[in-house]
Amino acid sequence: MLKENVVSLKNVDFKYSNEVILNNINLEIYDKEFITLLGPSGCGKTTTLRIIAGFETPLEGDVFFEGKKINDVPPHKRSVNTVFQRYALFPHLNVFDNVAFGLKIKKLPKKEIEKKVKEMLAIVDLKGYEKRPVRALSGGQQQRVAIARALVCDPKVVLLDEPLGALDLKLRKDMQIELKQIQQKTRKTFVYVTHDQEEALTMSDRVVVMNNGVIAQIGTPEEVYNEPANAFVADFIGEANIIDGIMLDDCKVSILGKTLNCVDKGFGKNSPVDVVIRPEDIEVVPADQATLVGVVTDTVFKGVHFEMSVMCENCQWLIHSTVAQKVGDKIGMTVIPDNIHIMNKMFLNPNNEIFTEVYYSSEEENTTTFLLEGCEITIPDMYFAEGERIHIVLPPDALYIAGDGIGQLDEVYIESVIWKGAHNEIILESDERKWIMQSDTDEQVATYVPICFDFSKATVERVEVSDEV
Amino acid sequence: MKSKAASYPYLLWMLVFTIIPLVMVVYYAFTDTTGAFTLDNFVNASDYSEVFLYSLYVALISTFICLVLAYPLSFSISRCTERKQSMIIMFLMVPMWMNFLLRIYAWVLILQSYGPLDTMLSFFGLHLNLIGNTGAVIVGMVYEFLPFMILPIHSVMSKIDDSLIEAAEDLGCSAFYVFRKVIFPLSVPGIISGITMVFVPTASTFLVAQYLGGTQFMIGDVIERVFQSDHNTGSAIALVLMVVILGFLVFMNRFGDKEAVAR
Repeated sequence: MLKENVVSLKNVDFKYSNEVILNNINLEIYDKEFITLLGPSGCGKTTTLRIIAGFETPLEGDVFFEGKKINDVPPHKRSVNTVFQRYALFPHLNVFDNVAFGLKIKKLPKKEIEKKVKEMLAIVDLKGYEKRPVRALSGGQQQRVAIARALVCDPKVVLLDEPLGALDLKLRKDMQIELKQIQQKTRKTFVYVTHDQEEALTMSDRVVVMNNGVIAQIGTPEEVYNEPANAFVADFIGEANIIDGIMLDDCKVSILGKTLNCVDKGFGKNSPVDVVIRPEDIEVVPADQATLVGVVTDTVFKGVHFEMSVMCENCQWLIHSTVAQKVGDKIGMTVIPDNIHIMNKMFLNPNNEIFTEVYYSSEEENTTTFLLEGCEITIPDMYFAEGERIHIVLPPDALYIAGDGIGQLDEVYIESVIWKGAHNEIILESDERKWIMQSDTDEQVATYVPICFDFSKATVERVEVSDEV
Repeated sequence: MKSKAASYPYLLWMLVFTIIPLVMVVYYAFTDTTGAFTLDNFVNASDYSEVFLYSLYVALISTFICLVLAYPLSFSISRCTERKQSMIIMFLMVPMWMNFLLRIYAWVLILQSYGPLDTMLSFFGLHLNLIGNTGAVIVGMVYEFLPFMILPIHSVMSKIDDSLIEAAEDLGCSAFYVFRKVIFPLSVPGIISGITMVFVPTASTFLVAQYLGGTQFMIGDVIERVFQSDHNTGSAIALVLMVVILGFLVFMNRFGDKEAVAR
């Protein structure tokens, strides 16, 4: 089947008061598909939708609609309609007039408007509600009016901005199925924004996983679940055990000091990787039959399966199994090679290496000070002469978030937090560089924190100028 | 019933300061000095019907000018950032912190013959009577009561959710249609309360006409004068004014309800 592009975004950048919201977004949206933009709050998914709707203009890059560039086309001239997050129904109009709004603007004959609105209200299951004021409707009904209002205009593309966010769980589940059915019935392109991964997997033909203004992965729900592109996607979609590993050779990975067989190739010998194993892919076997052995620390009944925490080599593993194990039992864990997913590290400077020059130092106090992004940072108990080049290695555990709010580096952005079995791996972004940090506490993504350095865990060496290149 | 008990002081307040005075006005209006029932007061009051109509006329014109000035202003204020909005509103309020009489007197100084405005106009060879006419009274009224028009309209407009405007654009409205189909209908309640808040006091106010209107008094001034010598006739005029204003309010509210639901 030939897939026809309806909307395409080419190299789209967007900034909001100097903050990068979207960074080089490339996206093709096909005709009649249900595509979902999925990501945590602040990842830029809503902005992407607003660019397609025409409420925002990209700073760089182009938006195409059926091959025509539409960067400067105002929203009311685009053949897209939006279902807003909090419905945005007109409070001064009743259900009929809300739905008829777009048609009246287009100045369709009265008879036709009436017929179309009636049909649409039947599709969204609101027959007989025409004369009701919208304020008198429940959340789910308002939602349906909003959908009908967008669909009745017969747009090529319907944009939905977290439309189910305000509904309770049961209603949300029903509406998910209903929305999917409406999409199939009306044969329109739906672009759906959500932060709910389950919702995205349930409804979509394709999922676009976004993080920090970039697209992390585009694929079918099966693809993003089974073959996540990186640790972020694996962590965000479904549940996963993500563990640091080293690729010993093609199809051989070492984690927690044990060697496992896998099916991935081409990572290069001894390169550090992230290993992802889904909790349902772990098989529980007697302890003497497995390479990975652990002790069950917790068992929770979840209805379909038991969720168990297993402590193995100082690392917390999550296992889903239909057979319960007793807390304190020693069990073995095996995974078939196909289910071990290897992915490149998202971060390429795993020890936060800094090359810099000594800005100021004091032999009496035995301190060295260097400049980092305009801040003076003093290393205690180390002396290097002023002007010397130094190489600082800060392993992830040498960084910590200043509990008292006074950091050596302020306003550092938390880009991602991923649980690595024994600790959280946090990727941070300051003005000029990214940092990787280990932490036992959970931090909130997309917030700004002050960070400090523990130089007792760092190594600092003098470097010859010639060494550096 | 705790919730009811809490309202007693206010009910008492209303009884003492609203109900009883009202009853007294009605009583005076229908009795003569001896306390006997009579309709003579209304006959006397009809002597002032010309002033009465003049007052309503001035009030209508002033209200209309206030609306014309306040509506676009409120609209543009409501599109500003919140900080800017509260600053502009504060600046609009600042003159109101000054005494009412002082503000009117300021206009007397501005408009009087050989005053600053008159002097300036005479440079261009224009010699106009700036004070002592209906125009001056209307200027004074508009100045006094403009904020009462701006505030309710602004407060309604600033509550219009941006997403409603976006939704209208999304459904094909150009800027003009967004205004006609969404912003205007949603701002009608603000217009209604603005008109009410301006029309009622302009119709009944006193002193403004005394200072700016020359010999042409308004009904408020008449009530003040008459009341000093004759409670009964004064009450009758006040009662007629009240009934007219009440009728006006009922009319406005009906109009408002219709506007808000239909369309």
